[in-house]
Amino acid sequence: MSAFTSKFADELIANAAYIGTPGKGILAADESTGTIGKRLASINVENVETNRRNLRELLFTAPGALPCLSGVILFEETLYQKSSDGKLFVDILKEGGVLPGIKVDKGTVELAGTDGETTTQGLDGLGDRCKKYYEAGARFAKWRAVLKIGENEPSEHSIHENAYGLARYAVICQENGLVPIVEPEILVDGSHDIQKCAAVTERVLAACYKALSDHHVLLEGTLLKPNMVTPGSDSPKVSPEVIAEHTVRALQRTVPAAVPAIVFLSGGQSEEEATRNLNAMNQLKTKKPWSLSFSFGRALQQSTLKTWAGKEENVKAAQEALYVRCKANSEATLGTYKGDAKLGDGAAESLHVKDYKY
Amino acid sequence: MSAFAGKYADELIKTAKYIATPGKGILAADESTGTIGKRFASINVENVESNRQALRELLFTSPGAFPCLSGVILFEETLYQKTSDGKPFVDLLMENGVIPGIKVDKGVVDLAGTNGETTTQGLDSLGARCQEYYKAGARFAKWRAVLKIGVTEPSELSIQENAKGLARYAIICQENGLVPIVEPEVLTDGSHDIKKCAAVTETVLAAVYKALNDHHVLLEGTLLKPNMVTPGSDSPKVAPEVIAEYTVTALRRTVPPAVPGIVFLSGGQSEEEATLNLNAMNKLDVLKPWTLTFSFGRALQQSTLKAWAGKTENLAKAQATFLTRCKANSDATLGKYTGGASGDSAASESLYVKGYTY
Repeated sequence: MSAFTSKFADELIANAAYIGTPGKGILAADESTGTIGKRLASINVENVETNRRNLRELLFTAPGALPCLSGVILFEETLYQKSSDGKLFVDILKEGGVLPGIKVDKGTVELAGTDGETTTQGLDGLGDRCKKYYEAGARFAKWRAVLKIGENEPSEHSIHENAYGLARYAVICQENGLVPIVEPEILVDGSHDIQKCAAVTERVLAACYKALSDHHVLLEGTLLKPNMVTPGSDSPKVSPEVIAEHTVRALQRTVPAAVPAIVFLSGGQSEEEATRNLNAMNQLKTKKPWSLSFSFGRALQQSTLKTWAGKEENVKAAQEALYVRCKANSEATLGTYKGDAKLGDGAAESLHVKDYKY
Repeated sequence: MSAFAGKYADELIKTAKYIATPGKGILAADESTGTIGKRFASINVENVESNRQALRELLFTSPGAFPCLSGVILFEETLYQKTSDGKPFVDLLMENGVIPGIKVDKGVVDLAGTNGETTTQGLDSLGARCQEYYKAGARFAKWRAVLKIGVTEPSELSIQENAKGLARYAIICQENGLVPIVEPEVLTDGSHDIKKCAAVTETVLAAVYKALNDHHVLLEGTLLKPNMVTPGSDSPKVAPEVIAEYTVTALRRTVPPAVPGIVFLSGGQSEEEATLNLNAMNKLDVLKPWTLTFSFGRALQQSTLKAWAGKTENLAKAQATFLTRCKANSDATLGKYTGGASGDSAASESLYVKGYTY
């Protein structure tokens, strides 16, 4: 095959397919220490390890949540943390039928000579790190590449750098037993229309799949985490059906059928928007040879965070809020969401932060 | 969109989809004057215009053949020819639900500095030629790029040149109302195994779809005409099920779902082999987001030519033979072929010619 033959091939294929199980999706709980600090600050909670651990325990032990999930992406610290009664988080997840994943990139750095475009770092020693993560129980990984739309952006240079960075990361993961989630996020920032976003998304995805082919990545053992195709943040909104049509068409034009699942990022969308858009995609009657699911961070946790506010007495209510969003998104992967999820405090709130940095 | 949406977009999409109708396929009757001369020589028929006209009339008036065909590829001369009672061939075809297509490439030339690799010419004034062909009734076109497998082949240069040539041809066709059939033929010549053919086919197809994306080609208005994935001509043969598995895997890894149909070339395969392989692909229980059908030249005409031998008294027999192969392949597109369509030894005769040039 053009794909390299890894000793992990069968396992990668099985795990990638499992993550794409209809009715399930991914909770992105991999906020770095700095980023989770911003979230905790917004609810007046101190950014110390116990609080970070408490938050994740709240999420992973929320009744009814795990059956809606096939994976959770973790930050390195969390991979080694335990619940308050001494059980490793990775074991709690595994026993609940949820694969632990790990964020492996080391953030973005600017590309000299461009107008604020970036590339992602993290390749040094990545193979060894993946081996350790596999030993600790991780079975998939995530690497976020970031592109933006502007007058002259994304540049060919930025597209190439980010696509080939993703490809190198992907094959290193596969050599070490981790299913790579390939995430080429095109930021929503800007005043462009949905057609522009579609054109850029198609161009970026085409470059990604060429790079993955060049690097001999086994597509059946990967997942894609793209942006949905939407108007820019400064442009008028459109309906979920329009977003669904443009998004699925862009994917039909670029993503080979060998990829088992596409797990969307939510970007700056509110919890409810993200769910409705995903639902509309799954209702669309057209060729979709990959399952369409979620890998949401803010769009799963926003209401939960607000409800918790760092207080022990709010844990139960916060866990219910998480369950509501998990269930809603689980239904959205089946196209059966009726929009009747009990809207928690903040579920309709836009989560857009201009020029968002993790 | 990333794709160019010209004035013919809707028509292109409709035509491509029709050609890909399950149960139908393409008769490649576009042999150049030189090539048809070789065929005639093998049955002792003089290579003059009336004989070329007679052969094509035989094929196009075969009772019962039309329902098995969605398109016929013609050579330029044939596009302007008529039946013996004065009806233009293109009208005869169109009236019977068969779309006329036209070969537009001008053959291959060597790439200097390579080991016998080639590129295809025909881009000069292609737009103007396409306009003329459209006026004459053609609604799709064909351009054959050729690659070979060797120790250092196909080279990166050959892959890039041929992919770009195909992409440039494709967009020019779409600008002028013709659905481009994209044909990147990887020759069977050689002693390599099926895995090598698979790896090369995947690499070539990945490059082709990147080039099509770069050139803003509307994939929904194209068709792909690839080689099947097989062992080299000097290697032991394998079962149709094995060919089916490797071929469909290669296509799932590279051909975006937006492409409506894949119309295989038969290369040097015998009539029966080609049909059995196509049948096995359609029986394969795996998700295939494009239809899999045929665009056969020799593999549809070989027995027919022999049965005809240039004699009018053989007309009925020749046409019956042709119908047999059409029906067999029509069944194969539905996975319903049960084998042994004709006891004719010609059907099992290999049509392999080393270093085949049109």
